[in-house]
Parts: sequence; structure tokens; C-alpha cells
Amino acid sequence: MFQYTRRTLILEIVMIVVTLLMLLPFWILIVTSFKTLPEVLSSPALAPPTAPTFDNFSTLLSPESSQSAGIIQALLTSILITVGSIIGLVVLGSTAAYVLARSTRKWSTRTFFLFAIAIILPTQLGTLPLYIGAKEVGLVGSPWGMMLIYTGMLLPLSVFIYAGFFRRLPRDYEESATLDGASRFQVFSRVVFPLMSPATGTVAILAGLIVWNDFFTSLIFLSGSAWQTLPVAMYNYVGSLVSQWNLIFALVLVSMLPILIFYVFAQRKFIQGFAGGLKS
Amino acid sequence: MSASTRTVDRNAGTPARAARPPQPSTARRRTYKMGHGYWWWALPAVILMLGVVYLSTASGAFFAFTDWTGIGSFNFIGFDNFVRITQNPELVGALINTLLLAAGFLIFTNVLGLAFAIALNRGLKTRYLLRTLLFMPVVLSPIAVSFVWKFIFAYEGPLNQFLGAVGLKNLQQVWLASPTLALGCVLVVMVWQNIGFTMVLYLAGLATVPPELEEAAALDGAGAWTRFRTIVVPMIQPSIAIASTLSLIQGLRVFDQVLALTGGGPGGATETLATEVYKTTFVYQQFGFGAAMALVLSVIILIFAIAQQAATRDRTGIGD
Repeated sequence: MFQYTRRTLILEIVMIVVTLLMLLPFWILIVTSFKTLPEVLSSPALAPPTAPTFDNFSTLLSPESSQSAGIIQALLTSILITVGSIIGLVVLGSTAAYVLARSTRKWSTRTFFLFAIAIILPTQLGTLPLYIGAKEVGLVGSPWGMMLIYTGMLLPLSVFIYAGFFRRLPRDYEESATLDGASRFQVFSRVVFPLMSPATGTVAILAGLIVWNDFFTSLIFLSGSAWQTLPVAMYNYVGSLVSQWNLIFALVLVSMLPILIFYVFAQRKFIQGFAGGLKS
Repeated sequence: MSASTRTVDRNAGTPARAARPPQPSTARRRTYKMGHGYWWWALPAVILMLGVVYLSTASGAFFAFTDWTGIGSFNFIGFDNFVRITQNPELVGALINTLLLAAGFLIFTNVLGLAFAIALNRGLKTRYLLRTLLFMPVVLSPIAVSFVWKFIFAYEGPLNQFLGAVGLKNLQQVWLASPTLALGCVLVVMVWQNIGFTMVLYLAGLATVPPELEEAAALDGAGAWTRFRTIVVPMIQPSIAIASTLSLIQGLRVFDQVLALTGGGPGGATETLATEVYKTTFVYQQFGFGAAMALVLSVIILIFAIAQQAATRDRTGIGD
């Protein structure tokens, strides 16, 4: 009964039109960032630029521009903090989840329960004491402090994903490696670690996106320092651009590009990560 | 594996080898288990989690009952902070805005996300491409997305251009400066960005509904709506539970979009609890009072999350 009928064709056309409408903001973003300011204000927003110009991008990114250093620095800071946090979450999360999933003692179920509750615990309340504590030990305004905080905040998610994966992983590989005389550490590093790459991919994508796009935490912990992440730098810079939409949109487009390129190449993994990682 | 470790073979001769029935691994199997000796593998993660999540949240709750300004000493003032919240019309307004946004976000992302998921579940030739495109906004930063929409709502922006073109010039306005409409504009941006997210969660649920079941029901004369209500909805109950809980929590925590679109204005018309917590605590340095507001927000989130779980899970007993 699920044949391709005329109704299916109509639905297909409707959905294509709906999707195109949903994507209109992207179209507006792209065409506007290639227009001059007078053209932005005079031409229809949906019209492509009459004479596409790269001036907006060169104004932002050329070495002579006063802002280019800030934007490039912010891009590098965001990359550093995101990669550092992912490494922390993979290393600490996988080892913790491994013992918690493989041990059947009481302490391990209780500890896992603590991680599970921490997932739904709202972060707002803890941010303020965390800020005071981090200030005390000099971790405010430093990318290392950000990595530590993001790792701590997202460890419950990471442990949850890894533990779910390890519980489904048959123990046969580990058993035969143990019979071959491998130590627990060797079993983990040479047998389990290579097997867990699907879970690592999910953790990296979910946590990486949360860290990369996070605004609130980095706004508070990095404000006033030389280290600014991309969302915060964009927020501050747009405030100073007052309705110069051509420049604002060039900046927004530049900030979106890294993640969009990632998405184009790994969209399957992204969607699976969101659908599966948050469920299990 | 290196040769040296293989020759040592410390575990040879354990009863493990004998006890290997072909059944799947369960907790009862003795062969590969990690005992007390390896608890320290979890230690760094546990310490970091306890410090960053539990210790900080607990001390935040503690400061909610003080008048601390972030420096110097502080006094216990009992529930004074909470009384102050209820007496401040702007904060009560922020609470109402938060609940309105969360409710609107919950309803629209779930209804539209489910509708898109059903439309793109099977049959359409372009379904994979459309899914990928509709999910795209989810991966972007809310700040970046909000700036694009800020232009769309601007006086010189596309929305007013469109209204002018279709002869509705009298509706043209500065959308984000309207005390009545600005909150709706924030909601539109939030929903637009997250429809793809709920859609993907519902697609995962719909994939568990066997087409044969629906076909059989259709042969028995069940219409599309009956099939949806009696077969699809019960089977995707776990997805409904997750999507609605996650979107409710996300809606209650809304911060980025408000700050980027309106900054809380005009005249506090779009302030939410999260933006008020930020301003009170980090702009006006009233740490104790801000902590009290954060505690209110946290308790609301916890109550809703637990209630939502109970409401959406118990009906079928599927759990997750």
C-alpha cells in the first residue's frame, strides 16, 4: 500500500517547498553578506547581489582590519577549548564508564546513578559558585579552566553514552585477551578502546557541538580576558556594528562555516549521534 | 599484543575457561569482571563531576539564603531573597515569560517536529536530503542564528518587505521593539532552530514501527488518524517522552536567543529567568539574590522534568 502515488508526489512537492521556506534565512544570510550596505538597505532581502563583493569579508579578515586579529584569535580559542574538552571527555569518560559498566559491585551502581542524576541537574545554579571557585585558583579567563569546566559539566553525558555502549559490548574479546595474559590496562587500551569508536564519535559530536556553540559559560568565565570564544566575540563585535548588516552577516557566515563544513561531511553521524546518543 | 605478555599468562588455569556457556554475557558471569581493585579508574571523572556539578550546585543553593555580594562577609537572611523575587514585578514577569516560552517551545517543536518526521519517514524520494537540510540549523550556534533573525525582524528587514509587497503595509513595524510581539519573535527563532532536533528524535521512534502493522490496520479499515492514534503514538511513546522533556528543559533555560535578539527588552518584555540570573549575578553583582533566582529556575526545571517523565512514561510501561 505504500506505493508512490499521486498523493505521495503532492506530499513530496509540499515538503520540498516547506524545506526551502525553512532554509530562507540561510539564503538571506548568504546574499546579504555579499552586498554593500546601501544595497542591503535598498534592494529586496531575497534578491541576489547585483555585483557580489568580497569587501565585507576582507574588511573583517584582512590583516589591516582592526577586528581581524580578534576574530581569528576567537576561532583558534574555540578550536582549542573544544578539542581539549573532547579529549578530556573521551579519556576520563570512557575509563570511568568502563569500570562502572563492567563492575557489578554496589559502589559502581551508586556512582553511575550520581552521573545519571547530574545529567538533568540544571547548570545555572552551579555556575556562580564555580565562577568564584575558579577565580580563587586563577582559572577564570584561561582556556585551561574552560576545558576543565566543560569536561566536568559534560562528563555525566559522556559517561552515560559510554556506559550504554559498554553494556551492549560482549565480553568475549576481553575474556580471550585476558586468557592470553593481557593486563586490565592492556585489555582496555588495545581491545576495548579501538572497539568503542562509535561511542567516541557520539561523545565527540554531541559534546563538541555543545562546547563549540556555548555562549553562557564562556561569556561569564572569559569576559574581559584575551581569550574569547567565537560566540562571545561575535556577540561583542555585533554590538559595535549597529545595523551594518552586510558586515554582521559576513561575520556570522564566517563563524558558521567550520561547523557547516563538518556537517556536510559527517551529517549521518551528526543525526545518528543526536537521535541515538540522547536516547539510550 | 607483545610476546612477553603472552608467555607470562598469569590467568592460565583459572576456572574461567571451563565456565563458558554460549549464552550471552550477563552480570552473573564470572569470567570478566572488574572488582574493587579498579575503582581508581573512575576517580578523576568522579572528582571532577562532584566538584563541577554537585559541590557547585549545593553551594549555589546555600548562597541563595544569604545576602552575599561576592566579596567579603555575608548574613543568613532566610527566605528574604525569595520574598523579594515575588515582590518584584519585573522578576514575576520574567518568570511568566519563561513559562510562556517553554510552553510554546514544547508545543511547537514537538508538533511540527513530529509532523515533519511522519512526512519524511518513508516514501518520499528526497527524504534523506530533506532530513539533512532540516536538521542543519540544529548544529549552529544560537547566537549566530539569532543575528540572522534579528535582521529578518528589523524595520528594513525581509519580513516588513514581504508585508509591504503583499499589501499589508499597515502591519509593518519594528518587531523586536514591540512589547507584545517581541516574545513571539524569540519563540519563532527558538522553534525554527530546533524543529530538526525533535524531528530526528521522532524519526528514530518511527523507525521502530513496523510498516506491516500499519498495513494490516489499514486493511482492517482503520483510517490514517486512527492508525496514528492507536498504533504509532503508543509505539513512539519513548520518543515522545524524550523529545518533550528535552524541549521543555531547553525552553526553560532560554538565554542566548534573548540576549542576542532583544537583550531582554523592550522594557523587560522578553526577560527570562536565565537572563535575570545573569544580569543580577554578573552585571549587578548581587550574588545571593541571583543564586535565589537560579534556585527557583532549577527547582522549576527539576519539577517539570520529573513530572514530564512520569506523565509520558507510565502510560505504556515501556520505560526506555
